[in-house]
Amino acid sequence: MNRLRTWWSNPWRRPAFLATGFWLYVIWSLVPVLIAIQFAFNSGRSRSTWQGFSLRWWFDDPDRSLWHDPSLRDALVNSLWLAFFTMLIATPLGVALALGLARWRGRTARASNLLMLIPLATPEIVMGTMLFLVFDNLYTTIPLGRPAMLLGHVTFSVSYVVILVRGRLLTIGPDLEDAAQDLGASPVAAIRTVLLPLLWPAIFASLMIVFATSIDDFVISAFLSSDASSQTIPIKIYSTVRVAPTPALNALATVMLGFTLLAVVFAVLALKVFRRGEQGSAVEDFATLEL
Amino acid sequence: MSRAPAGRNRTRTLWPSLALPGVVWLLLFFVVPFYGVLAVAFGGLDPIFGNAVPVWNPLQWDSTVFVDVLDRVVNAELREVYLRTFAYVGTALFLCFLIGYPVAYYVSRFGGRRRGLLLGLIIAPFWINYLMRMLAWINLLQEDGYVNDVLSALHLTSAPVNWLEGRSITVVLGLVYGYIPFFVLPLFAALDRIDRSVMEASRDLGMGPLRTFLRVTLPLSKQGLLAAAVITALPMMGDYYTADLLSGSPRTSMIGNQIEFFLFEGSQKNAGASLVVILSIMLMAGMAYYLVQTDRATRELHRS
Repeated sequence: MNRLRTWWSNPWRRPAFLATGFWLYVIWSLVPVLIAIQFAFNSGRSRSTWQGFSLRWWFDDPDRSLWHDPSLRDALVNSLWLAFFTMLIATPLGVALALGLARWRGRTARASNLLMLIPLATPEIVMGTMLFLVFDNLYTTIPLGRPAMLLGHVTFSVSYVVILVRGRLLTIGPDLEDAAQDLGASPVAAIRTVLLPLLWPAIFASLMIVFATSIDDFVISAFLSSDASSQTIPIKIYSTVRVAPTPALNALATVMLGFTLLAVVFAVLALKVFRRGEQGSAVEDFATLEL
Repeated sequence: MSRAPAGRNRTRTLWPSLALPGVVWLLLFFVVPFYGVLAVAFGGLDPIFGNAVPVWNPLQWDSTVFVDVLDRVVNAELREVYLRTFAYVGTALFLCFLIGYPVAYYVSRFGGRRRGLLLGLIIAPFWINYLMRMLAWINLLQEDGYVNDVLSALHLTSAPVNWLEGRSITVVLGLVYGYIPFFVLPLFAALDRIDRSVMEASRDLGMGPLRTFLRVTLPLSKQGLLAAAVITALPMMGDYYTADLLSGSPRTSMIGNQIEFFLFEGSQKNAGASLVVILSIMLMAGMAYYLVQTDRATRELHRS
C-alpha cells in the first residue's frame, strides 16, 4: 500500500496508464483501417472473413475487380480529375488572396478577410445545400455534375491555401520586400523575385493539401453530383458499402488513401524545407494548420 | 522611406487587385449561394408541380413554409429528430472528452523526443477518408465480422449481434470515431501552451497528481476544451452519412438526414432550405466563436 502511494505521488514516474491509453487509442484509430486494407486482398468475396491473399479484386476478376469494373474506374478517374483541377484553380486564387490580404489595409480588407474565414467555419451540409440550390436555381448554365463539383471544391479549398500561405508570409515579414523596393524593384517585381521564391514551399504544400482535401471530400461532391457518371470515390463508397460491395471497394478506398497520404507527405516535406534550422517540427506546423 | 509616391500609389491598388479574384469567387460561390438558401426557404411553390421556386426579392418573401417547418421542429415530428441529434452529439462529445483528453495530455507532456512521431500518429486519421473509416467499421461490425467474433470468443454475447440496423450506440460510437481527431488536436495545442512550471509548482506545494490535474491543468485547458468541443460539434451537427451508413434506419435519423431527405428524396426543397437556415442559426454562436479564435490565432502569429 505504502509502495503504491509512493509510486502514485512520485512526479517522475513513468506515466504507465497514460502511455497504455495512448497506444490503445492509436490502435483503435488505425487498426480498423489496416484491416480494411487487408481485406482488399481477400481471395473470397467476403469483407469480414479472411479467405487468403489474392489480387483478385485488384486485377484478376474479369468483371468486378478495380481494374475491370468501369464504375469503380470512373470513380477513381472522377476523383483524380476533380482533385487535379481544384488544385490548379484554388492554389493561384488562394496565393493571390493571401498576398493581398496580408498587406491590404482598411475596412474592405477586414471584411474580405472575414469572408475568407467563414467557409472554414461553415458545416459542410450548409455549404453543400447552398451550392446545390444555387446551381439548381440561379447558375443554371453550369450543370450539376463535374463542372458544379469543381467550382464547389475550389470554393472550400481557397481558404486553406490562404491560411497556409499567409502563415508563411507573416514569418517572412515585410523587410525583404521593402528592401527590394528601396533598391528600385517595382512592387510586382518585388513579389515575383523576392516573395514568390520564398513562398514556394508553402505554395507547393497548398497544392498538395488542396489535392488531398478535394479527394477526401464527400458532402460537397455528393450534393453537387448529378448521376453515376460523376461519382467520386467517397460517393461510390457511400452508395455501395451497404448494398452489394465486394473487396474491390476496399481496393478502391485503399487507392484513394494512397493518393491522399502521398500528397500529405509531400506537403509535410515541403514545409520541412523552410523549417530547416528553425524551431519546432513540420508536423507541429501541420497540427496548428488544422485549427 | 525613399519609395517614390508613384510606386506607393501602385502598391495601394496592387494589394486589393491581388485579392480581387479570390474575393469575387467567394462572393459568387459563397455569399450569393447563402442568399440563395434564404430565397428558397422563403420562396414560393410552383402551383402545378409543387417545386420550390426561389424568390430573390426579400420584399416578396413568403414565410409559410419556414414557419411550418419551424413549428414542426418545435412541436411535432421533427422535434424528435432535433432532440436525438442533440443527444447523439452531446454523448459523442462527452466520449471524445473522456478518450481524447488523456491522449492529448500524454503527447503534450510526455511526448519527449518522439513527440513528432506521436503527433503524426494522432494526425494520421485526419487524412484517412471519413468514408473509408466508416467502411472499415462496417466490415468489422458485420454479423460474421471481427467484433462479433471477439465478443462471442469472450462469451459476452451468445448470438451474433446485428450492429448495423438502427442502433443508437453504433451511430454515437461512429461519430466519436469519425470526429475525435478534430477534438484531440486543438486540445493538444491548448495543453501544449500550458506552462509546465505551473504544474510543477503545484506538486512542489504538496498537491497530489489528481488535485494538480483537477485544480491546475483542467482549469487551464478550459479554453482548449471549448475550442475542441466547437470544432467537433459543428460538423457533427450536420452529419448525415454516419447515421446512414452505420444504421440507415429512421430510428437513428439526425438533422442532417432530414435535410438530405427534404432536398433529394422528398424534393421539398423549401423545407430543406428552411431546415438549413434553422441549423445555421443554431450553430451561429459556435461558428462565430470559431472565427474569433482563428482570427486571434493568426494575429498572434503576426505578432510573434
